[in-house]
Amino acid sequence: MMPSAVRLKLDSITKEYPGCRANDGVSLEIKAGEIHALLGENGAGKSTLMKVLYGVVQPDGGSIIWDGKPIQVESPAHARQLGIGMVFQHFALFETLTVAENIALGLPAYQSRDRAKLDATIREVSQRYGMALDPRRYVNTLSTGEQQRVEIVRCLIQESTLLILDEPTSVLTPQEVDTLFDTLRQLAAEGCSIVFISHKLREVRALCHTATVLRQGRVTGECRPADVSVDDIARLMVGNHTPLQTRVSAAEPGAPLMQVQELSHRTKDPFGTALRAINFDLRAGEILGIAGVAGNGQDELLRALSGEIRSAAQSVVLAGANIGNRSPGQRRKLGLAVVPEERLGRGAVPTLSLMHNTLLTAYHQGLLTGPWVRYGRVRELALRICDAFGVRSAGIHSPANSLSGGNLQKFILGREALQKPRVLVASHPTWGVDVGSAVAIHEALVELRDQGAAVLLISEDLDELYQLCTRIGAICAGRLSPLAPTSQVSIEQLGQWMAGEFESSDSEEAGHVAA
Amino acid sequence: MDWGLITNVLSAAVIAGTPLLLVALGALVCERSGVLNLGLEGMMLMGAMAGFAAATVTGSLLGGVLMAMIAGIVMSMLFAFMAITLAANQYAAGLSLTIFGTGLSAFLGSGYVGSTVAGFERVAIPLLGDLPVLGRVLFQQDILVYLSFALAVGVYVLLNHSRAGLIIRAVGESPESANANGLKVLAVRYLAVGFGGAMAGLGGAYLSLAYTPMWSENMTAGRGWIALALVVFATWRPERLVLGAYLFGLASILHLVLQGFGWRISTELLAMLPYVVTILVLVLLSVNPMRTRLNTPLSLGQPYRPSR
Repeated sequence: MMPSAVRLKLDSITKEYPGCRANDGVSLEIKAGEIHALLGENGAGKSTLMKVLYGVVQPDGGSIIWDGKPIQVESPAHARQLGIGMVFQHFALFETLTVAENIALGLPAYQSRDRAKLDATIREVSQRYGMALDPRRYVNTLSTGEQQRVEIVRCLIQESTLLILDEPTSVLTPQEVDTLFDTLRQLAAEGCSIVFISHKLREVRALCHTATVLRQGRVTGECRPADVSVDDIARLMVGNHTPLQTRVSAAEPGAPLMQVQELSHRTKDPFGTALRAINFDLRAGEILGIAGVAGNGQDELLRALSGEIRSAAQSVVLAGANIGNRSPGQRRKLGLAVVPEERLGRGAVPTLSLMHNTLLTAYHQGLLTGPWVRYGRVRELALRICDAFGVRSAGIHSPANSLSGGNLQKFILGREALQKPRVLVASHPTWGVDVGSAVAIHEALVELRDQGAAVLLISEDLDELYQLCTRIGAICAGRLSPLAPTSQVSIEQLGQWMAGEFESSDSEEAGHVAA
Repeated sequence: MDWGLITNVLSAAVIAGTPLLLVALGALVCERSGVLNLGLEGMMLMGAMAGFAAATVTGSLLGGVLMAMIAGIVMSMLFAFMAITLAANQYAAGLSLTIFGTGLSAFLGSGYVGSTVAGFERVAIPLLGDLPVLGRVLFQQDILVYLSFALAVGVYVLLNHSRAGLIIRAVGESPESANANGLKVLAVRYLAVGFGGAMAGLGGAYLSLAYTPMWSENMTAGRGWIALALVVFATWRPERLVLGAYLFGLASILHLVLQGFGWRISTELLAMLPYVVTILVLVLLSVNPMRTRLNTPLSLGQPYRPSR
């Protein structure tokens, strides 16, 4: 099957924001029935380009040609009339409404008035494409994979002829990714064009017919992904000066530094996940990886370890001390460092300068004398962090929210690493970070490990976990899978763990899931 | 206590609760769209003053009600321009509206202080009005009370059973998602704020044309603020709002009754009663966090700026 008619042509699209040219003369062409990859790093301009196409923002220059006719996409509503559907990375769903209500909102009034008919349509479309959905369920009770189905089914019911998917696999287990790819291939075979935005090269090679690569707002290459190597595509994405991967030497794990025993937590947040009887040892000189689909208890686990959630004293043991009921500050003094998922708001105070953010967690590193702050030393430490970890900023007086994601993450990790922690817990440290910064962050984690620290790495990026971790496991619905040396865990095995298919030590607990 | 007294107390409770109910219903719709308007008190005062003035000049009570609603809408549009079009801080814009409305109503209404109009009379509904107790309590009231019943049902149906309600709730939860779905966020919010303004004006008119047919400076006496609190404690659900408004009405009547009985409780303590009772009951009702979260407008108070 080789597609023929050109459905969409973008010609020298330019979009400028204050201080940055997000798209600089971008052109591309998509045929009917083609799956077209749009590749690039964070900040390369992929999202901006798609916002232009979907009518969320207006381009400063260039033209859009749709089915042979030049058009201007005024608004998302207009885009959808044209047959352009978009599945956002952060879903454009309403959590407090049902599946059917969410879909009804995207349809013209005459199509959504008859709810029974709409329910039937949703069932029919979702089954035809292998994405079972119950139209009556509230969206907040759905898994992320199911929420994505709602988005896709919505586009299908709107009879989209061009479907844009923004990083669709980042929220899925490997098995769910396979199902999604089957659906997309089926759609393409029926003549639907698909734009697949990603930075996961293996997936692009497996799925896409053609690819356009963006870097710093410009097209740096076009290719048939199946015909070129992963490294070739990566070079187009990051340029010639960035190392593509960290070299990770073999780990030499020592004695256990942290033990977690029967750690449970009942959540009060109706949208949170309960932790159920989690047990593991974390050894000096190892990186222990915990995979999982977002929202399965990763955040609660991090909070229980950092001290933001208290538990029974003996459920967390750090170097022989029972710390389960201690405060975050007390835990830090014992050598625990934490890099939370949200950089702005939890890892750093957005409006405070880097210097003040240094003080935030490092204050007991000799930066205080009684009640007084020794700003000389704070400045010195902040400068040392920026220097050692290559943090690019306008200086240590610039506020945290003025830094790019990658630079701020390097700063936060550097702040924790320079305190020589015994145990470092990091959650999604390279999420939304450019390749260069990701490599620097990975190197810092490995260096900590080699200095004898124990590192717990919670991540959704399986490549990252396989590359760095000594042992690996997965968390699902608040339960932890078995842990095993990374080399002995196949990706299929890990996928099953992520989906909750493992023997649990608390099988009688699993019966009554919190409502 | 005999039945006659109980009936009279309940009947008075409905009347005392009605202005709160009217204002709070408007605020509820407005907040469900994600806009917090702290200007209720100011809009109510303008409604009370404009309604009374129009009724005095034209001699028509309905003309007064209409004028009150127009005044409320004009005030709310002032707020909407600041908080929606200019995406200003909703708290500041609302507070300034209250201060502005308090001052402006006192200034424009100074000529009407001391004059009187014949207010709305009680109109018994045939058959229903003859029911024992309930008939006197619910169906021997003035037409604005009946209007408030209809509006409460209307708001309930609007929010829970109509596409428009779905759109309002969607905009209130996530304006970004709503925009991505092709909904006109700013237009929806303008309409919701306008409805809130009209209802605040109506609530004000109830005070100056039915409850106590007169105009005096600052006559709302904080009812706008109580309505604001009622909406929160009713967890943004109209059926609970009805309960809360009448409960507050009842408790505020009760403290007068108890004083009449010569109970030796300090009047300050008794005056606290309505607040304590209402808050307590509504808090007890909202213990189910899931239901509460489903009804809370997540984007409440956050200005929405469409990206360009």
